[in-house]
Amino acid sequence: MNALHLKKGSSQHSAYHLKPGYGDENERRVLAVIVDNEAGVLARVIGLFSGRGYNIESLTVAEVNHSRHYSRITIVTTGTPMVLEQIKSQLGRLVPVHDVHDLTTEGPHVERELALVKVVCSDDKRVEALRMCDVFRAKVVDTTLESFVFELTGAPEKIDAFVDLMKPLGLIDLARTGVAAISRGVDAPKE
Amino acid sequence: MARDRTEEISGARIVIQALKEHGVDTVFGYPGGAVLPIYDELFLDQGIKHILVRHEQAAAHAAEGYARSTGKPGVLLVTSGPGATNAVTGLTDALMDSIPIICLSGQVPTFMIGNDAFQEADTVGITRPCTKHNWLVKDTANLAEVIHQAFHVATNGRPGPVLVDIPKDVQFATAPYKTAAQAKTSHYNPRVKGDPDAIQTVVEMIEQAERPIFYSGGGVVNSGDAASQLLRDLVNGTGFPITSTLMGLGCYPASGKNWVGMLGMHGTYEANLAMHGCDLMICVGARFDDRITGRTDAFSPNSTKVHIDIDPSSINKNIHVDVPIIGDVGHVLEHMLKIWRSRGRKTRSAEVKEWWSQIEEWKAVDCLRYKPSTETIKPQYALQRLEELTKKHDRYICTEVGQHQMWAAQFLGFEEPKRWMTSGGLGTMGYGVPSSIGVQVANPRSLVINVAGEASFMMTMQEMSTAVQYNLPVKQFILNNERLGMVRQWQELLHGERYSSSYSEALPDFVKLAEAFGCKGIKCENPADLDDAIKEMLDYDGPVIFDCLVERHENCFPMIPSGKAHNEMLLGEASTQNTIDHTGAVLV
Ligand SMILES: Cc1ncc(C[n+]2csc(CCOP(=O)(O)OP(=O)(O)O)c2C)c(N)n1
Ligand SMILES: [Mg+2]
Repeated sequence: MNALHLKKGSSQHSAYHLKPGYGDENERRVLAVIVDNEAGVLARVIGLFSGRGYNIESLTVAEVNHSRHYSRITIVTTGTPMVLEQIKSQLGRLVPVHDVHDLTTEGPHVERELALVKVVCSDDKRVEALRMCDVFRAKVVDTTLESFVFELTGAPEKIDAFVDLMKPLGLIDLARTGVAAISRGVDAPKE
Repeated sequence: MARDRTEEISGARIVIQALKEHGVDTVFGYPGGAVLPIYDELFLDQGIKHILVRHEQAAAHAAEGYARSTGKPGVLLVTSGPGATNAVTGLTDALMDSIPIICLSGQVPTFMIGNDAFQEADTVGITRPCTKHNWLVKDTANLAEVIHQAFHVATNGRPGPVLVDIPKDVQFATAPYKTAAQAKTSHYNPRVKGDPDAIQTVVEMIEQAERPIFYSGGGVVNSGDAASQLLRDLVNGTGFPITSTLMGLGCYPASGKNWVGMLGMHGTYEANLAMHGCDLMICVGARFDDRITGRTDAFSPNSTKVHIDIDPSSINKNIHVDVPIIGDVGHVLEHMLKIWRSRGRKTRSAEVKEWWSQIEEWKAVDCLRYKPSTETIKPQYALQRLEELTKKHDRYICTEVGQHQMWAAQFLGFEEPKRWMTSGGLGTMGYGVPSSIGVQVANPRSLVINVAGEASFMMTMQEMSTAVQYNLPVKQFILNNERLGMVRQWQELLHGERYSSSYSEALPDFVKLAEAFGCKGIKCENPADLDDAIKEMLDYDGPVIFDCLVERHENCFPMIPSGKAHNEMLLGEASTQNTIDHTGAVLV
């Protein structure tokens, strides 16, 4: 006999607790992660996100200190506050990771992204595309009689806005770098 | 120029020298083409004992058993490709249970990597998520340093498995040896000292608590023997009750007066209700695993929670805690005890006494009670007899995974840390046999028993051959219910008694099997014969397979079904009757 009101044979019970965790709102965070630039380090970071089911909105990486071989990975991620704390401490636990900075919560910061936008158009649309390019302070980095490639730098929203405007004008290809970010003011991550 | 003055030795030689520098006396392994140069050195050197297992998974579990029972890292050596992939289960097991093991794997020569060469596997790729860290060494000049780093990473902070993948040409090429002192390990140095303010806060909470409980885990074992002693001092000093996870059994002695038994899914009624009803929970080196918490939103709703852990990622992962303390359990407990003593060893003893009388009431439910039988051996009875007949021995217990594992945790008493080897986090059937081999190698004169299920035993029973080869007198105590008992239990309770593939059919004759291996086989099916049979097992100086035929349909209680709260525990028939008769609807 069961002491609990658990029906024999009911299959709703699983070996795992299937209810999702605390239902907090998702937040967006920009993380700067300083790592040793060694083989496999990016795979470790990405594997952590995929293995634990975290989101990556964008990720950029390049070596920023050539003599000491440090790379900086900028990750834009979303999650509940509890998940975001987990992401930071799980990143911090990886052996080649030196430092994890949450730029979103540590103070004001600047986010920039670079986009290359290919637009194919003629006549009026060509004129309009060039005018938009001016307004957004984009640069023309390649042109033919029927096409432009624009280079644009800015916050992700600015790039989104430019891309939206270019779509009706003949946007056929787009490359974006993902966000690079840095804190404002005098502070910098220690190395 | 400096290079000229240093003697160059082969990569294979470097491996042996580095292992010796770290005090390694035993390596569990299996040879193959990609590690032959290292096997050559093992042959020439003789300073390191090599235990030839029969499957690389067993090398990893044996290394775990060695590590768990000694506190020293375990080492395994496997060849490339299938050797490395076979080790993956053991590495994952060690990762989940924070066991320091070092896996050295051979790899195809550097110039063939990526060509789908014979026995090539992307070993660092495959083992990246199941090790704490891993390395592919492409240059013999880096080999010594990487091995030193591997030992450093495996044993510092939260311990875990590491892997060093060594291509065959790197084993042949030569380079000067670098000592451990010369190796760069500086940047991986997890914090061991806890925040003094937080520790002070906890002492104040200890002084104020009315319904406190200590909840300890495997982190106390990992921190070292001193941590267990400090935990005992703090528990006995304050007079607070203490429970432990499966992994932490033995840190506080089972015979200690403050012990309320294991907690969690198959923990005791009193431990789980005390966790549910406490006002102060001090978690020491445990991680609020889902087998412990049950339904997280109903977990210990009215308590202030303190969490001491060396791994920041364990904090607030499943359960939000009020006072996190990141640091080594030993350091933090020492500090805490010092402050608590210097402030006059205060507790609210009257209230705590009342709390104890509540706990005693819960204890009176006698949740581990079962219906005895004179016809069949009840598995609980078998373990009670085993306990009675072996508790005075210098004894180590390993287990497989299933009902027998939970009964072993419930019915055997552990007085010291490092005496209990079980696969907690991963729940790996097949862990126990090789683990018992590793324990016996490390503790040749001790009694090593693997409490097994017949199904689990068959997953790695080839290792009995290893036991015979090296004269390892491990005792395989099989609670044979001819069932995948734990699966059967779930099917009975939760899947409408549809016993889908949970029979152990076509079982071998374990006595004949034992004889075929060159071990002793003992079979027992009558409760009246059990004591004599166990004594026969203990008296035999050599490996034994003990086939203990037990009641087939026994369920393991208490049980908190997944997704249920601690106070929604299922009690066995024997205790349920009692509960309902005496305390009515205790179980909400
Ligand atoms: C490698 C592996 N496969 C499957 C399982 C799922 N599982 C958990 S317990 C169990 C049954 C174990 O049977 P046995 O070893 O006879 O122990 P018993 O429960 O009967 O005591 C199974 C299949 C597991 N834990 N590990
Ligand atoms: Mg069984």
